[in-house]
Parts: sequence; C-alpha cells; structure tokens
Amino acid sequence: MTKEKTEKPVLTDEQKKIRRKAIFNRYKAWLYLLPAIVILLIFTVWPIFNTIRMALLKNYDSMKELGGMSFEFGFDNFVSVVHYNKFLTCLGNTMLLTIITVPVSTMLALLVAVALNSIKFLRRAFQTIFFLPYVTNSIAIGMVFMTMFQMIGNINNPVSLGIINSIIEALGGTRVNWVNVGSNYWANITVLAIYIIWNALPFKILVLLGGLQGVNKQYYDAAKVDGASRWRIFWRITVPLLSPMIAYVVITGFIGGFKEYSSIVGIFGDTMGPVGNKGSLNTMVGFIYDNIQENQGRASAAALILFAIILVVTMINLYVSKKKVHY
Amino acid sequence: MKVVLQHLTKIFPSRNKKDKGAEVIAVNDFNLEIPDGKLIGLLGPSGCGKSTTLFMISGLQTPSDGKIFFGEDDVTELAPENRGIGLVFQNYALYPHLTVQQNILFPLQNLKGENRLSKEEMLRRADEVAKLVQIDEYMNRKPSELSGGQQQRVAIARALVKMPRVLLLDEPLSNLDARLRLQTREEIRRIQRDTGITTIFVTHDQEEAMSISDYIVVMKLGVIMQTGKPQWVYDDPANLFVAKFLGTPPINVFTGKVENGYLYIGDEKVLDVGGVEDQEVYVGIRPEGFLLDAEGGLSCKVSGIDVMGRDISVVSTNPNAISPIVRSIISSDEIRNIAGDTVRFKLKEHKVFIFNKETELRVHFGGQIAMHEKMVAEMQAEGQAYTTHTGPLPREADDKVKQDTHVEQKKGFLAKVKGLLPKKKSNEKPVGSTEDKPAEEPQENQPSEE
Repeated sequence: MTKEKTEKPVLTDEQKKIRRKAIFNRYKAWLYLLPAIVILLIFTVWPIFNTIRMALLKNYDSMKELGGMSFEFGFDNFVSVVHYNKFLTCLGNTMLLTIITVPVSTMLALLVAVALNSIKFLRRAFQTIFFLPYVTNSIAIGMVFMTMFQMIGNINNPVSLGIINSIIEALGGTRVNWVNVGSNYWANITVLAIYIIWNALPFKILVLLGGLQGVNKQYYDAAKVDGASRWRIFWRITVPLLSPMIAYVVITGFIGGFKEYSSIVGIFGDTMGPVGNKGSLNTMVGFIYDNIQENQGRASAAALILFAIILVVTMINLYVSKKKVHY
Repeated sequence: MKVVLQHLTKIFPSRNKKDKGAEVIAVNDFNLEIPDGKLIGLLGPSGCGKSTTLFMISGLQTPSDGKIFFGEDDVTELAPENRGIGLVFQNYALYPHLTVQQNILFPLQNLKGENRLSKEEMLRRADEVAKLVQIDEYMNRKPSELSGGQQQRVAIARALVKMPRVLLLDEPLSNLDARLRLQTREEIRRIQRDTGITTIFVTHDQEEAMSISDYIVVMKLGVIMQTGKPQWVYDDPANLFVAKFLGTPPINVFTGKVENGYLYIGDEKVLDVGGVEDQEVYVGIRPEGFLLDAEGGLSCKVSGIDVMGRDISVVSTNPNAISPIVRSIISSDEIRNIAGDTVRFKLKEHKVFIFNKETELRVHFGGQIAMHEKMVAEMQAEGQAYTTHTGPLPREADDKVKQDTHVEQKKGFLAKVKGLLPKKKSNEKPVGSTEDKPAEEPQENQPSEE
C-alpha cells in the first residue's frame, strides 16, 4: 500500500477529500437504488426465476426439495398442463372473456369519456360516480352482482327473483337463470362480461378523459370551421389524437383480461362455476391456483404458458398500434 | 365579399357568480364596413378584443349583441361551417396525425350533398392551393416534419381550399422568427392579392399591420380607436392612444399647454398653433419630427447618440417628457452640429400632434386641419367610412398615461421573468429591487386573448 502511494503524486488532505467525494458521487446513484433493487430481486426476480426452474423439473415439490430430494430436468410439466382435462376449458373461458370485454369496455369508456368531456355541469360529480368501481373491492362488487342476478329459493318457484330478473319481468320479458343451479354457460358468461366491463370502465375512462383534456381545443374549432360533422370529428380527430391512450388501455385491458380471476370468485365463489357445474367458468389464473396444492411444477408451467400468451398478444397489440397510433 | 359589422358587442360573464360587476366587455359596439377584396388588419394591444372580434366573424363565438353581414347575407346566426370562411389559427391547429395533403383535403371531404366533389376534383383543388402557397413538394409530410413557416402556409392552404368568402387570420405571424415573419407577411399579401379574398387579420404588431394592410383598425379595450389606411392613421392619429401605439421608435409625449396661439413645453415656446384655444395638452412628437436648430424652441439634454448609418438617433431627456428619454431621428450629416450637453430642436409642424389633456383627443391646428379633411374625403370616396372614437376614451381602472408603452411593456416582462427565476443567495441584490413596482399588466385579465 505504502509503496503504491509513493508512486502516485502526494495528495493534500483537501485533495483527498475532493477525491473521496468524487468517488462517492460516482456510486451514489447505486446506493440510492439499492433498497429497491434488493426488494425487487427477492420478491420479483427470484420468484420469476424459481417459477421457470419449477416448471422445468419433473414432479417438483418444494417440501421434498427441503427434505434434500433432487429432481430431474424435463418438459413433463408442460405436457401435463396441456393434457390436463380442465386446461382447455380454462384457456377458452379466459380467451372468450377477454375478447368480449376488452373491445366493449374500451368503446364504452371512450363514449363516456367524450360525453364527460363535453359537459360542464355536474362533470365532477359524474367523474366521481364513474370512478367508484375502481376504489371498491372487486370481490365485494362481485357479491353485489351475484345478489342482483341470483334467484333465492326453488328455481321454479323462487322466493326472490333478484333485481335484474325483476326488472326483466316488469318489462314483460321472461326471467333468465343467470347464475343458479342448472344455469346456461352463456348466461354465466354474460353476467361475468357485464361485471368485468363495468369493473374495467373507470380506469379506462380516467385515462381517456385525461387524454381528451390534453387535446388542444383549437383542433375542434378548426374542424368546426371546416364543416366536419360530429361523427367525423369523433373518428377523424378525436380517435386519432387519443390513439396513444386507446392503445394503452387496450394493451393493459388484454393483460388484465388474461389475468381475470377475482370476478369469478366474487360471483360464483371459489367453485369457479354455478352450483352443480364446478369449474365450468375457471380461468387460467384459477387453473394455476388450483394446481399449486396438487402439483407445483404444473402450476408453474401453466403460469409460464399464460405469460407466453400475454407476451404474444401484447406484441401483436404493439405491432398493430405502431401502425395505427399516430405519434 | 363585403363584410359589415354592426354594433357588434361581446360580453363575457363574470366568472365569479356573486360578483356581477366583474363581467368583461371584450368588444363594445363595434361598427365596421370592410370593402370587398381588401386586407384589413385588426390592431391593438393584447386584451383589446381583436381576436374576439375575429372569432365572432368566424362564428366560433356568438356575439352578445349586434349583427354581422357577408355581402347582403346576415350571417350572425349561422354556424361557422355555413358562413364560407377560412380561418387560420395562431398556432395553425394542423391535425398532427394527417399529412399535409390530408390536412388540406379535410375541409373538402366534409362537403355534403350537391357540393360534394369527386375524388379527382378534391385532389386537383388541393394541388392547386398547395401550389399557390408553395408547399406542393411537402404534400406527404406530417405537420411535425415541417418548419413553422411551412406549417403556416399549410394552415393558409387549408383555409383557402374550400374557396372561402372571407379569410380570417389570427396572429398569423406571431409564431415565426423575425426573418420568416417578414417573408411570410409578403407571402400573405401576395396570396391575398392573387385570390382577391376579403381578408381580416389580427395582430398586436403595428409594423406587421401597417406593412401589409389596406386598412388598419386600431382597437383598445374593445372599442375602435381609429380606422384608415396605415399611413393616414400614422400621420393623423385621432387620439393619444393611437399616436402612441403606432410607430417605432415610439412617439415622444410631453406635457404642455397652448397659450395665446402658441404651444409651450415647459416654459419653452415651441410652435405656432394659431387658432387653438388655450388649454392643457399632451404633445406628441414623432422621432422624425425634430430638426436640429440652434434657434429651435425645444431644448433637451443629450444623453447619447445611436448611430444607425443613414440616420442617427439622438437620445436625450427633457423634464416635461412623459417617457424617461426623448428619441429623435435626424440625418447623420447633422452629427457634427451636436456639441455640448444641450441640443435645441425646431419641430416639423405635421409631425407634432396635440391632444387635449382631459379627453386625450386630437386637436388639429394649422395645416393639419386641411390634411385631415382631405384624408376623410378620400376615404369616403373609396367607400370606406372614416371612423374614430369620439366619446371619452375607455380606460382601465388604473389606466393613467403610461410613461411609454414599449418601455413599460418591457419592464413588465422583465419583472415577470425575474419573478420566475429562483431567488439568488442573500449576498446578491434582492429580486425586483430595481423595479419601482411589481409587474402590472392590467390588459392580461381579459379572457378574450388566451
């Protein structure tokens, strides 16, 4: 050490202080990042890594691993996921719900946002009302939806019809068995879609409304002077100018849709289906949860498959939006 | 297309509902007849209601009172798209997601029914107008890929493509740099001449308005101060406001009095104004109205000389001047005649304007009377009503005679900028200590100019 020091020019205390400070400044950023990095490593990076590891090990069991057992490497888990009898149901339900709810909720959110943006009176009140679902627990909302659609008592002679069926009958329609025993699959899906759309609206409205408020009013004045109809203004001006926000809500909507789970638990309970038809409405996330107890390797493999699906869909989304988003 | 504005008034309701008095009269009883095919500049400081007037003509704002005629048609109640106007916005408002061509085509694609054009005809019209404004090479670019001046021309093309009866331009040059501004204003002039469309444009820049307008309309606080050919308005201002607003360098204003047919600034007898009653006056003297003369009536203390080549500008002070400096422009040959601290000036009669101190209205004297009458007669012969404001001038609550519009504006701006800067350490001068008072920009309160 001392030898090295003599070779270097001798530094005064003042210079040393400056040097130390410079070194500190160089690494300061890392010091500040450290807590976040540590937390991310423990709770995000390691679990992802471990999921991949678990998915690639045959008959993996964490308890047995703790007991010192080692496992063989292989793709058995993926094969077992695909061959598992409930897998296709889950995948189908997830796809169906996503494909129905994302476009519908985006369109509705766009209409509501445009409407909200064009009123002055009561705008704040409506904004609050539309935002309420966002701050409410989704399981709680699901249970409210359930009671709205559920009939109580004997199906053929119920004590209570539930508010939706009451309204349908008051309007002269025939009651529908939405969620009770023996209910039709499409009736179940309808209830779920309504619930998911309603639950997804507030966030989308918020984002789109924010985007609308950022649009220069002069574009609308210019369009008015140019004689554009309201319909044309909407399609030729509003939608293109909002396209970055629309792309954002569509992409996050798809991701959220593929991860749909709590809405089904909220309405149908953890049986994931109406009474007597257990698991008929299960989704990919539900599939993963179901398998965690039984077979961790299979659950991990299912999680990776879901990840791959979301990745592919998001890439397609990004590719499309690159062509359609205007800036 | 002749445009007639009758008693046009716009009142913005008070934002605070309890305080009814806070409503803003942006445009007050505006009467104007714009002859067919002319280029009219609406000119005034910010907040004078010129943009509001323009937007009322466009139909984007509804007048509180009054009527608007295009030719013989009353268009007051018509929606903007049915008026046959082209409007160019201050920031152009080009649709950022459409190409230049699509932007220009947009108004044509909106035409309905029998007015609908075939696709080829639309493209032909777009091409034609793009050639007119010389942007035909950039048809496939997006607005963000164009320079400010090019964007400006696209905006004009979009306004012209549906062949409007009236073209309206809102501060069309304010977003351009100085050189481009000169070039573009000539361009606007050329396009207007080529198309012969009646054009109204709004600006706060008097030089811009004077250089290209057939007529200018000087406004203050929603009221027309004076209309006329630019040179006339410059040579024959109707009141102190107009005199101060037009001209760079600005007019020099002194307090003075008229006594026994002579004009006095302080104790100095500066000009023979025979026929004018005795009264307290403001005296406005254009910088070019001074003649260096050892026998001259007005004496000023020299504080500096700016050499400008052909001319020199003598910067001096006078205790009776309202502005801190008196600026006179004289031929550079005279520079050797300036010796010592004090200069004496003789005044050119037609460059000296006197205004009654109470009303701030112009008092003509001597040869100015004949000149004024000749201008009014000429103007009427051209079918343009000569308008000046005759009643008491509109004033802000604290609208005392400002020292010098330009200096004042600059000061206000500096104070604002200073206010925005972070406070310096205590050993430096406290912020704004050089300012005698905080920035006051009373004109900015009005909603008409965002």
